[in-house]
Amino acid sequence: MGFELREIHKHFGAVRANDGVNLSVASGELHGLLGENGAGKSTLMKVLSGFHQKTSGEILVEGEPVELRTPADAMQHGIGMLHQDPLVFLPFTVLDNFIIGSPGPERVNRREAARELATLAERFGFNFDPDTPTRRLTVGERQQLEILRLLWLGARVLILDEPTTGISAPQRIKLFATLRELAADGMSVVFVSHKLEEVEELCERVTIIRAGAVVGERDLPCPAAELVELMFGGEVEVGERPIVGLGPPRLVVSGLGVQDRLASVEDFDLEVAEGEVIGLAGLEGSGQRIVLDALSGLRRAQTGTIQAGGRDLTKTGYRGYLAAGVQFLPAGRLEEGLVAGLTLTEHFVLAARSDSFRIDWDSAREEAGRDIVDHFIKGTPESTAESLSGGNQQRLLLAMLQDNLSVLLMEHPTRGLDIESAAWVWEQLLLRREDGTAIVFASADLDELLEYSDRILVFFNGSVLAEVNARTSSVDELGHLIGGKVSR
Amino acid sequence: MNFADLWKRSRTGVFAVAMALVVGILLLLVAGANPFEALGVIIDGSLGSTARFGDTLMVWAPLVLAAAGLLITFAAGLWNIGVEGQIVFGAIAASLVAREVSGPTWLIVTLALLAGFAGGGFWAFLAGLLRTYGKVNEIFGGLGLFFVAQALAVYLVLGPWKRPGVASTSGTEPFPRESWLPTLGSTRLSWVAVLVAVIAVLVVFYLLRGTRFGLRLKAVGKNMRSAFLLGIPTGRYMLAAFALGGGLAGLAGAVQATGFHHKLVPSISGGYGFLAILVAMLAGYAARWIAPIAFVFAMLAVGSTLLPLKLGLDSSVGGVLQGVLVLFTILAQGWQARRQNRSDGVAAGPPEPPIVPGEVG
Repeated sequence: MGFELREIHKHFGAVRANDGVNLSVASGELHGLLGENGAGKSTLMKVLSGFHQKTSGEILVEGEPVELRTPADAMQHGIGMLHQDPLVFLPFTVLDNFIIGSPGPERVNRREAARELATLAERFGFNFDPDTPTRRLTVGERQQLEILRLLWLGARVLILDEPTTGISAPQRIKLFATLRELAADGMSVVFVSHKLEEVEELCERVTIIRAGAVVGERDLPCPAAELVELMFGGEVEVGERPIVGLGPPRLVVSGLGVQDRLASVEDFDLEVAEGEVIGLAGLEGSGQRIVLDALSGLRRAQTGTIQAGGRDLTKTGYRGYLAAGVQFLPAGRLEEGLVAGLTLTEHFVLAARSDSFRIDWDSAREEAGRDIVDHFIKGTPESTAESLSGGNQQRLLLAMLQDNLSVLLMEHPTRGLDIESAAWVWEQLLLRREDGTAIVFASADLDELLEYSDRILVFFNGSVLAEVNARTSSVDELGHLIGGKVSR
Repeated sequence: MNFADLWKRSRTGVFAVAMALVVGILLLLVAGANPFEALGVIIDGSLGSTARFGDTLMVWAPLVLAAAGLLITFAAGLWNIGVEGQIVFGAIAASLVAREVSGPTWLIVTLALLAGFAGGGFWAFLAGLLRTYGKVNEIFGGLGLFFVAQALAVYLVLGPWKRPGVASTSGTEPFPRESWLPTLGSTRLSWVAVLVAVIAVLVVFYLLRGTRFGLRLKAVGKNMRSAFLLGIPTGRYMLAAFALGGGLAGLAGAVQATGFHHKLVPSISGGYGFLAILVAMLAGYAARWIAPIAFVFAMLAVGSTLLPLKLGLDSSVGGVLQGVLVLFTILAQGWQARRQNRSDGVAAGPPEPPIVPGEVG
């Protein structure tokens, strides 16, 4: 079933996530949607699947204009979306999850549904026990369940948003085979990704999105360099990296063991020198986040010791780490960092380590005004944090950091930022490094890892698979290691 | 601010009041009364004489105290439903002082008020401990503690503190005269109660607007995770909010015991805690609206007691009008939030729960 998007605009406050996007996909087509993190791909697909309401524009399904107000609306028109995190209810069983989205108030026939689930699963070579809680399924299996569910509900346009994040290589191969089979039956498949190789492997045609607008459309195969140029808008300039003399160790970790529900890290050692930048690479959930949590005192280490600036912090809590000059900026800027509803002035007052009881709002506003100018934040002292764009939120977070940090930990420092903001963020970070701050950051952006790190630790399944020298490594080598292949 | 802006900001409130009036009038018509006559009776019954005005203020004072306390817990993002229990426990603590301490009035009254504050604060602190260390939602913890406090009051009235010879739910023996809150002239109006309420609302206004404590509390209420990452000891701030908010509720209990009933009665809270939740909501969690809104509520409560006598209506009409007003206000806020969401393009799901405490000042 074909569909067409015409001049789709989607604005969130002042942010234009989609700025006049045109996209047309024919029946039976495997169509790639390529773009950097934050280019507006997911937003566009959420508009198409009824999750977001478009600001303006037109959606046509088989030539007929349609209004999609809810995901159920979209499903009625045969449009189903597989979200980046599969939408399953973890405590429910496989069968319950399969049935739960089915329309109509009438009684559910569980036996018949189970039979249809089994038939569908057999067709694609999936294997499900209908009574297992979905909690026990891997991400890849949850995805397979979602695909079957959408098919059962009658999807004839299937949108997959970054479906290969967090699934294993064999599962990916199976997924691609399934998608090819579906397309052969006339299903339109939209494959959203920022991974070039996967789009090249799977798709027949690709649309490239940058900063909320379509910048090109190509038939595949097509030279990779051309696609990269479209995605990034010209060659990324790799600046001269100043060689900073490394000083004595700032952060010493030995034998660290830490775990959460999803990942577990054992026996992690790390020594970071004054002014050194360490990149943490790996698929999401391979253990980078829990290590950062442990290094910032947010998560109690089960074994091992952590020393920063010569002090043993192993037994201290988060506030002890803060006091020792160890600070962490997680990726979720509005979830873990800023407070929606509070103004920039209020943020600066909260971040200032002052203990005076009374707040002098006049001088606080003045000071906030200065900080805003100094950090090129597009906003006023009265703007609320959530009204800022992602880049400006990150500027605000950096502006709120303590001076003279001993260790700065970051997770995806430039995720979702435009190139200019990303460059500015790193400019700030490198200035801190010149002051001797040791920096440890996790990122999914290989270029960022290679450009700014001194050393890169590659995580795979909860342990460090390899440590590479960023100056001599390559995108290719990193890519292989992240996938779990030691190829030397 | 031009007129259009003013209308935009206030239309929700105007709409809510208008709808509440319409429904209120309809209800009165159904009850067979002339709505304007009924309104006249309410106004006359609450403001018509010095004595009646005094009675209204004596309802206003505990209502303002409890609502001011709730603003603090709302700012911290906490639903302190246990406020009734804190009023009761504050009243019990104040009664203990009033019964046991002898001395000049100023001393007993000061001690009784302090005891009320400490008692209410302690009772709320328990709910806070349950919340921060026991992972018990403050709504359920508070509700449970309310029943305990209520039972304790009944036990004291019928047991250890019963009137000599008779155990009656009508209350304990009246306190000695020296421990009554001083009144003005021949009215029942205690200037101490009014003064304490005015001070409380001013202090809360200042705390939430002008201090680091208030700002941190708001940060905790709006995003506990971010607040923690900013280095705010969130657990301690929540406990402080409970203690302070509960303390003010306890003061309301102390005023009820030593200024109004002059003894401990089982229904010492008078339902002012739950009513104060409505006052705080109607005020949009803003301290500056607490006093006027509580006054309207007090008028309705006092004035409607005359309705049975004058018009043969049930006195619960006042409560019904209060409820209608609050329901329409919350409804209007919900609609506004929904329209906001629509224009932001979020798919029309169920409306967000109207938890927006924090816009205080």
